[in-house]
Amino acid sequence: MKILVPIKRVVDYNVKVRPKADESGVDLNNVKMAINPFCEIAVEEAVRLKEGGTATEIIAVTVGSSASQEQLRTALALGADRAILVETDIEVEPLAIAKLLKGVVEKESPDLVILGKQAIDGDNNQTSQMLAALTGYAQATFASELKIEGEKALVTREVDGGLQTISVNLPCIVSTDLRLNEPRYASLPNIMKAKQKPLDVIEAGSLGVDIEPRNKTLKVSPPPVREAGIIVETVDDLVDKLKNEAKVIT
Amino acid sequence: MSILVIAEHDNEEIKASTNNVVTAATNLEGDIHVLVAGSNCSGAKDQAAKISGVAKVLVADSPEYEHCLAENIADLIVAISADYSHILSPATTNGKNYMPRVSALLDVAQISDITAIESSDTFERPIYAGNCIATVQNSDSKKVITVRTTAFDAAQNDGSAEVVDLQESHNLGISEFIKEEIAESDRPELTSADVIISGGRGMQNGDNFKILESVADKLGAAIGASRAAVDSGFVPNDYQVGQTGKIVAPNLYIAVGISGAIQHLAGMKDSKVIVAINKDEDAPIFQVADYGLVADLFTAVPELDAKL
Ligand SMILES: Cc1cc2nc3c(=O)[nH]c(=O)nc-3n(C[C@H](O)[C@H](O)[C@H](O)COP(=O)(O)OP(=O)(O)OC[C@H]3O[C@@H](n4cnc5c(N)ncnc54)[C@H](O)[C@@H]3O)c2cc1C
Ligand SMILES: Cc1cc2nc3c(=O)[nH]c(=O)nc-3n(C[C@H](O)[C@H](O)[C@H](O)COP(=O)(O)OP(=O)(O)OC[C@H]3O[C@@H](n4cnc5c(N)ncnc54)[C@H](O)[C@@H]3O)c2cc1C
Repeated sequence: MKILVPIKRVVDYNVKVRPKADESGVDLNNVKMAINPFCEIAVEEAVRLKEGGTATEIIAVTVGSSASQEQLRTALALGADRAILVETDIEVEPLAIAKLLKGVVEKESPDLVILGKQAIDGDNNQTSQMLAALTGYAQATFASELKIEGEKALVTREVDGGLQTISVNLPCIVSTDLRLNEPRYASLPNIMKAKQKPLDVIEAGSLGVDIEPRNKTLKVSPPPVREAGIIVETVDDLVDKLKNEAKVIT
Repeated sequence: MSILVIAEHDNEEIKASTNNVVTAATNLEGDIHVLVAGSNCSGAKDQAAKISGVAKVLVADSPEYEHCLAENIADLIVAISADYSHILSPATTNGKNYMPRVSALLDVAQISDITAIESSDTFERPIYAGNCIATVQNSDSKKVITVRTTAFDAAQNDGSAEVVDLQESHNLGISEFIKEEIAESDRPELTSADVIISGGRGMQNGDNFKILESVADKLGAAIGASRAAVDSGFVPNDYQVGQTGKIVAPNLYIAVGISGAIQHLAGMKDSKVIVAINKDEDAPIFQVADYGLVADLFTAVPELDAKL
């Protein structure tokens, strides 16, 4: 079985980003970049399927500028066999990313595509579902457990009320939730080996799809700030404040 | 043109998140129609017809819609989409599952998790775990939108909408429901609770959540948790509050043994009043708390319980 894992280069999750002073966008000057945590989980799941003998080849793919090669190398160090950069310098929306990924799916014919459920910058939570729509494949989003059984995938999903298990026909699109697995750290020898693994670059334009943005960001502003609160000394003080000042309990 | 709201329900009942989305829809121009897609869903249908501001309820009652499988629901929504300028759903795990599929099938962008409507094509939405608010203008002919329910009040239930049965069958047969484990609880739902008390890694184990339960009983509160508490197996996944869990905004949020990581704050910082109980006076949670108590939770929480 062949697995395709789309990954995204994002601001490291520890960084607290701020809007630019003129509100024209997000201030990303000199911030640390990393592979999106959910994508790391996707790579790990693919590697486990390969180690378990289910998968034979793992291809990591990203849509982005040439700087994203760094995150593809990370995926290769974690165990992907080869990588594809669909290169573009414009900021591409989920619909366009899904269209480009569909192009890659058509070329590579994977049996399984594993994506992150959301990128922690745009927080859109759209790409996997859109790719499923465009390819006509079934989708199993927010996965916390994945089993391949013959021509089907059995997936447990994290839903609002608890857990839901569905069975989907292969090929299918899976998106990862946080508890699917705990990704490994790349070892130094594997980081070295990753440098030798194949990384192909293809021009986004060569896939012949419309990637014009449909959304225009008019401004990016800071969220409303909360007034600084107070430290109470005792539980009695706390109860008193909640009853008589905030009036949120009786 | 009209506006289509996709109802969140469990076939028997409409979830309050539907009422929040109807309120959001009243900021747009056009009649509001609500789609109830389910199986044996007459209970949900009757309730949907009572939501104030709704002109028409469309019902697709058929076995293939019972478990809200994205493939079938998305096809159904696309099939009836022609007359609508805007299609809205709550940003629940169901809405997040089928709506991007709908937008890709319609070849339009989706606007996720909106918190305000400025005009028929311009919306506010949080990005970067709520550290930035983007104002986004969309150029598509149809707008497909998921709504952050905490940003809009719930519509009342004193309406009487017309009900129309749809004869639409969409069963792609590529996915199948196997089972679900839905937590049964007498407590209010996290996303619509007035009061929430949440525990973090500081709780040490699942058993210790009993001390929160006792307080929750007295306050009529829902119980939440940080990711660390869920990952450690103290409580189930549906308790998680945060960027990648549930977004909540109760009148009172009590964070116990939670440090206040950005990803947790993203899910609760719009609460009206925030209380933090933490033994580390430098914990970032105190920066957003209206009332902070620097104390060991194992003495402070039982004491709080006794004094309520
Ligand atoms: C402030 C701001 C303004 C922006 N303005 C614009 C704008 O005006 N126009 C515009 O077009 N875009 C804009 N963007 C970019 C856009 O919002 C998203 O970053 C982009 O659309 C992807 O969405 P997402 O990462 O949230 O997708 P999600 O759907 O949350 O991503 C889920 C998964 O999809 C996969 N995936 C996502 N992106 C890629 C990728 N590039 N390559 C491979 N796999 C991927 C990954 O597996 C990921 O885990 C802006 C972003 C920001 C932060
Ligand atoms: C992609 C991604 C998504 C994430 N999404 C979420 C999310 O949705 N929600 C979420 O919550 N997190 C999320 N996280 C995790 C987040 O970064 C933090 O790791 C997590 O919130 C920490 O949980 P915590 O505060 O319970 O634990 P800790 O940070 O370990 O804090 C425990 C706190 O308990 C206090 N404490 C310990 N013992 C006591 C005691 N006896 N009395 C009083 N106080 C005590 C300590 O002082 C400490 O402040 C995400 C992370 C990533 C990378």
